[in-house]
Amino acid sequence: MNRINKKLQEDKKLLSIYFTAGYPNLNDTVTIIQDLEKSGVDMIEIGLPFSDPLADGPTIQASSTQALKNGMTTEVLFSQLKDIRKSVNIPLIIMGYFNPMLQYGVEAFCKKCAEIGIDGLIIPDLPVDVYNEQYKATFEKYELINMFLITPQTSVERINFIDSISNGFIYMVSSASVTGSNSGFGDEQTKYFKRIAEMNLKNPQIIGFGISNNETFTQATTHAKGAIIGSAFIKHLTNNGVNTITNFVSSILK
Amino acid sequence: MSYNVNNKGYYGEFGGAYIPEMLYPNVEELRQNYLKIMGEPSFQKEFNQLLKDYVGRPSPLYFAKRLSAKHKTKIYLKREDLNHTGAHKINNTIGQILMAQRLGKKRIIAETGAGQHGVATATVCALMGLECIVYMGEIDIARQAPNVARMKMLGATVVPALSGSRTLKDATNEAIRDWINNPVDTHYIIGSVVGPHPYPDMVARFQSVVSDEIQWQLYELEGTTKPNYVVACVGGGSNAAGAYYHYLEDTEVKLIAVEAAGLGVDSGESAATSVLGKEGIIHGSKTLLMQTKDGQIIEPYSISAGLDYPGVGPMHANLYKTGRAEFISITDDEAMKAGLELCKLEGIIPAIESSHALAIFEQKKFKPNDIVVLSLSGRGDKDLDTYINHFKL
Ligand SMILES: Cc1ncc(COP(=O)(O)O)c(C=O)c1O
Repeated sequence: MNRINKKLQEDKKLLSIYFTAGYPNLNDTVTIIQDLEKSGVDMIEIGLPFSDPLADGPTIQASSTQALKNGMTTEVLFSQLKDIRKSVNIPLIIMGYFNPMLQYGVEAFCKKCAEIGIDGLIIPDLPVDVYNEQYKATFEKYELINMFLITPQTSVERINFIDSISNGFIYMVSSASVTGSNSGFGDEQTKYFKRIAEMNLKNPQIIGFGISNNETFTQATTHAKGAIIGSAFIKHLTNNGVNTITNFVSSILK
Repeated sequence: MSYNVNNKGYYGEFGGAYIPEMLYPNVEELRQNYLKIMGEPSFQKEFNQLLKDYVGRPSPLYFAKRLSAKHKTKIYLKREDLNHTGAHKINNTIGQILMAQRLGKKRIIAETGAGQHGVATATVCALMGLECIVYMGEIDIARQAPNVARMKMLGATVVPALSGSRTLKDATNEAIRDWINNPVDTHYIIGSVVGPHPYPDMVARFQSVVSDEIQWQLYELEGTTKPNYVVACVGGGSNAAGAYYHYLEDTEVKLIAVEAAGLGVDSGESAATSVLGKEGIIHGSKTLLMQTKDGQIIEPYSISAGLDYPGVGPMHANLYKTGRAEFISITDDEAMKAGLELCKLEGIIPAIESSHALAIFEQKKFKPNDIVVLSLSGRGDKDLDTYINHFKL
């Protein structure tokens, strides 16, 4: 069974952390992953940096720009991760935009992910219908789970369709916004979280975007299986470097 | 084979809508409604009326006698430079503002490079009393100051794009992010035949008035609706799409697309997407774009701010791939020289974008009886500083 599915069956709320590979320094990738696992994180999204990340706010944009300047490429990331399964057991997901994957070759990319022990992908700008028609078979061949996003504006029919073709978790974007907003969650979000929870979808939901601390993590996981933190963790790395990752994680899980 | 869009939003293998889910409701709303709305008689009436009374259409098809004599062929200039606000961009913004109104949108966003599209958007927002926010790269704000001032006078808010290379592609990213953040009340008026389906098709349709006019104007002048060649510069490709539109399927009419070579195609400072680009995804569209081997988008360069876009619309990617259009690259120097030549021979100061199209007569020879229609996409007022600096006038 894929590590993601196994993890989703555990009887606990899940914390997933996103970071941009190659940031703050080119070769921090493995250390960050190992420390996140040691700190009690359940799942990791390794961001493959892109020059033009449309769905991201300033924090992830800046970390991507820096990572590219540091020399991060698809090849470099794969070589950094080559032995990652010798030391890390939690699910690993690569999150990135579609163009770098397309240039690498979608099949070659999937094959490499499978060799390394990557469990799934999140590709915000690969539309559901294109995936379904052109790439689903390839992903399945390499036993990679592709996670799709839904937002407060996604229609009920579309949510049901996305649920029907998913077999991991559904990535619930908390509000209509790019990554990195931290205005907290109000009534509107709570209503949306409840509305989705009550749909009893076959795939568990994990909420992302706008989760930055223990309070927002708790709010999100009251209605969902887990939550994803990205920008807040990147900010932590910017301010504190890679040595105090445990402090950050315990401030969320306290 | 058709060179126009198919019912799935593709031109051959190019196009589609590679967008994050956050944009899906907006783009889908537009996709489901744009043809229906454009087909409504009341829409057509208002659109045509504004093009006539407000923009000043039809724009003349002018026989450039001295230019023709010099290059020993028959050159007709389609005078989009005479439109209100000085370029073809307003044909599209008029159409899109009427679309936005019918979709019930209250807030308009746009990206701009040279500022022509930003001015054209600010203009129609003032006309309709809608809020207008224009994203513009920090570097372009500095080098296109007069257009920034015009947008402000017209009541628009100009927001600097501070990310990435701080030019047109980043302004486009910021506009898309704004749309993600404002999914309900906002319409994004994109400035060229780029972006996710249905934008390339919608913008091409609004610009198609250009070739519609060329057909009957040429008939009055030459007794035929068909030129031998239609020539246009290509940034994203909207003035070219408009000039080609009604000739796309008629292969007797040859199409020439002129790209900006910047300092030279192999100089590393260029915007010649068809030569330097490779298939990929930019701003929600599968098309040709300048990118590293790794799929990171490369910042292009051209002396003309309106041509330095790292991609090209999917219609043009397909015209290139199929060989339907001939692509020619013109350097900064060649364009500037051709621009000055038009001033001296015809008393017309062209936009530097259009000067690229004019420069092909030095590269390509036409027969004396060939009818060459060239899209003079804009006027050079915005470029005076650049011309003056270039020629030390
Ligand atoms: C006068 C003029 N011509 C051409 C262009 C290039 O755009 P497109 O290729 O969409 O016509 C611009 C863009 O700013 C422009 O201002």
